[in-house]
Amino acid sequence: MAALRALRWRRLPGLVPRRLRSTAESPEERPQFPGASAAFAERLEFIQPNVLAGIPVYRVMDRQGQVLRPSEDPQLPKEQVLKLYKTMTLLNTMDRILYESQRQGRISFYMTNYGEEGTHVGSAAALEASDLVFGQYREAGVLLYRGYPLELFMAQCYGNASDPGKGRQMPVHYGCRQRHFVTISSPLATQIPQAVGAAYAIKRADASRAVVCYFGEGAASEGDAHAGFNFAATLECPIVFFCRNNGYAISTPTSEQYRGDGIAARGPGYGLLSIRVDGNDVFAVYNATREARRRAVAENQPFLIEAMTYRIGHHSTSDDSSAYRSVDEVNYWDKQDHPISRLRLYLGRRGWWDEQQEQAWRKSSRKMVLEAFEQAEREPKPPPHLLFSDVYLEMPPRLQRQREELQRHLETYGEHYPLQHFQK
Amino acid sequence: LQQRRGLRLSAPAAIQVTVRDALNQALDEELERDERVFLLGEEVAQYDGAYKISRGLWKKYGDKRVIDTPISEMGFAGIAVGAAMAGLRPVCEFMTFNFSMQAIDQVINSAAKTCYMSAGSISVPIVFRGPNGASAGVAAQHSQCFAAWYGHCPGLKVVSPWSSEDAKGLLKSSIRDDNPVVMLESELLYGVPFEMSEQAQSKDFVIPIGKAKIERPGTHVTLVAHSRPVGHCLEAATVLSKEGVECEVINLRTIRPMDIETVEASVVKTNHLVTVEGGWPQFGVGAEICARIMEGPAFNYLDAPAVRVTGADVPMPYAKLLEDNSIPQVKDIVFAVKKALNI
Repeated sequence: MAALRALRWRRLPGLVPRRLRSTAESPEERPQFPGASAAFAERLEFIQPNVLAGIPVYRVMDRQGQVLRPSEDPQLPKEQVLKLYKTMTLLNTMDRILYESQRQGRISFYMTNYGEEGTHVGSAAALEASDLVFGQYREAGVLLYRGYPLELFMAQCYGNASDPGKGRQMPVHYGCRQRHFVTISSPLATQIPQAVGAAYAIKRADASRAVVCYFGEGAASEGDAHAGFNFAATLECPIVFFCRNNGYAISTPTSEQYRGDGIAARGPGYGLLSIRVDGNDVFAVYNATREARRRAVAENQPFLIEAMTYRIGHHSTSDDSSAYRSVDEVNYWDKQDHPISRLRLYLGRRGWWDEQQEQAWRKSSRKMVLEAFEQAEREPKPPPHLLFSDVYLEMPPRLQRQREELQRHLETYGEHYPLQHFQK
Repeated sequence: LQQRRGLRLSAPAAIQVTVRDALNQALDEELERDERVFLLGEEVAQYDGAYKISRGLWKKYGDKRVIDTPISEMGFAGIAVGAAMAGLRPVCEFMTFNFSMQAIDQVINSAAKTCYMSAGSISVPIVFRGPNGASAGVAAQHSQCFAAWYGHCPGLKVVSPWSSEDAKGLLKSSIRDDNPVVMLESELLYGVPFEMSEQAQSKDFVIPIGKAKIERPGTHVTLVAHSRPVGHCLEAATVLSKEGVECEVINLRTIRPMDIETVEASVVKTNHLVTVEGGWPQFGVGAEICARIMEGPAFNYLDAPAVRVTGADVPMPYAKLLEDNSIPQVKDIVFAVKKALNI
């Protein structure tokens, strides 16, 4: 595994314990404030925000899938790289079909992951299977990489009887306890302090697990993000914060979202080891996540990874991004800098994939998705009595009575309701 | 009542315990009983708690179990929710519930709704606690009552203790409950001593969530209250008793799930209802009680419309005379009873 240097800031002198400081310095010469103690300065000078501008973007491959420094190539075995590729392309195929199905009125809502597949699989591949994942809503590839079946993705979007979530949530709000993926919650950035709390619990249990918390650059503006970063550092938690900076928060471009140097530059302000990576380069994402995860667990300290990428699709099916960005801009990223294309070129160079396999895989992956899709279309909705369960862990008497009332009502007047669409 | 002379077993050793000490005992006992339980909030550790509720606990249990947090309610509430989702049992203290508004998304959108939205696969065994409602001379932003706000939400349980026994028993039950619980205490009650029976002093003393208590039986009118107003109701009952009116005073103890059955049974007996609360009148606890009485069997036993006694419909003023008259006083309760009884 190639050495990776996270961008590290020199420790401020104030963090050096008093007994280790030079004895030549008398206390009068150094600030004694409890809050911070760098040296004194005798010249009035404001720190420019752009002194941190241009935290460099770590990458392993260029846009043509060529590894730039062989020592940085993680040397993943062929099966794993193929798994990365197949996961990204399968996700892409599933996105296309489900987006279309929303347009046709079959599901109510959908969010695609176009252009960001590299951030999902690159990071997911670098984690242990039991690491706990808190997502925002554009990380379906993480779940797919962990083996979540297409049938269940579809079932959740359709809200049908096979949905482990019992049809309680909007589409794309997946969750899977067995695969350690916390159910998606709509309010932005609320998962950030929760992830820190979970990391704290994991630290208390002395488990060798990390927590990975995904969020977008827009969500990073929320107060929850500030609190989460701050607490992760003060509580010394084994957590990796993973920011997908994809250029837009619905229609808000990054130039209106923040004025500093992105999200990575905020990390050191909180005491977090931070790095910026090329999110469209799966190997860069993999390397950074792997090292951050390893050290987070070994040293009980938080890490911040900002993965730069581009949101090729609309924010969701409720958005039409042509209203705020040009088709040319979108096409550039689709054609010139796409994580799937770059990995495809790498695979080609290694002789691990060719056009014939590509066509065969496109056919078979599409077939898989369509089969799962048709299956989901045919399924009934969850039974009506599930309306009342899980409000609390045990059903309170009041809800039990209402459930029984509904049952009696349906027994008498059932013919007036479309019960044939619901599981018994 | 004269005690008969003669050999008898020693009387149960009831003692006077302040609400503060009762809460402290409850926390101490639950921290000892289950190592997953921990307390976090502002000033809870070294400072012993802003209101000294957690006195001595940091010294006894250390940094792992009693955690001082940076000043971010949304931050530490979110952390507590995440820790609960991952298997710990946090007790999250808000310095007052007024500040919980800065974290209310975590309490409601995350803690309350997650069990339902995850179809039962994620539970959030968390307790949010802290002082609620009126204090003394702390003005509008420190005096709001949140019983109606949190009581509104399915997925939460909401308790509101009055006496020391209530405080201890309900806090222990809340911590042991696997659902998210909001416990609304009262700063003005922290220093008030109540008698605690020997049974209540034991380490396993719990009060079930969702059961009201009849503090004083009566026949002419039902008074229903929660938290500090329960004491005012008992005082009013004493005053009214001298005029021949016997009040039945019910201490709700739990706001959600509300024990309306106890209130109904009482109204069936007394035929008159007066609700008393510190919170604002619109959409309040009293409004809910009245609505439910109307929807149930007790409606047919009411001889007069129910009367609500509430806080004044204004942000809490600072000036003492104004503040005193913005919350229900004994005289207001007496007046309401007489109005209900038409005397």
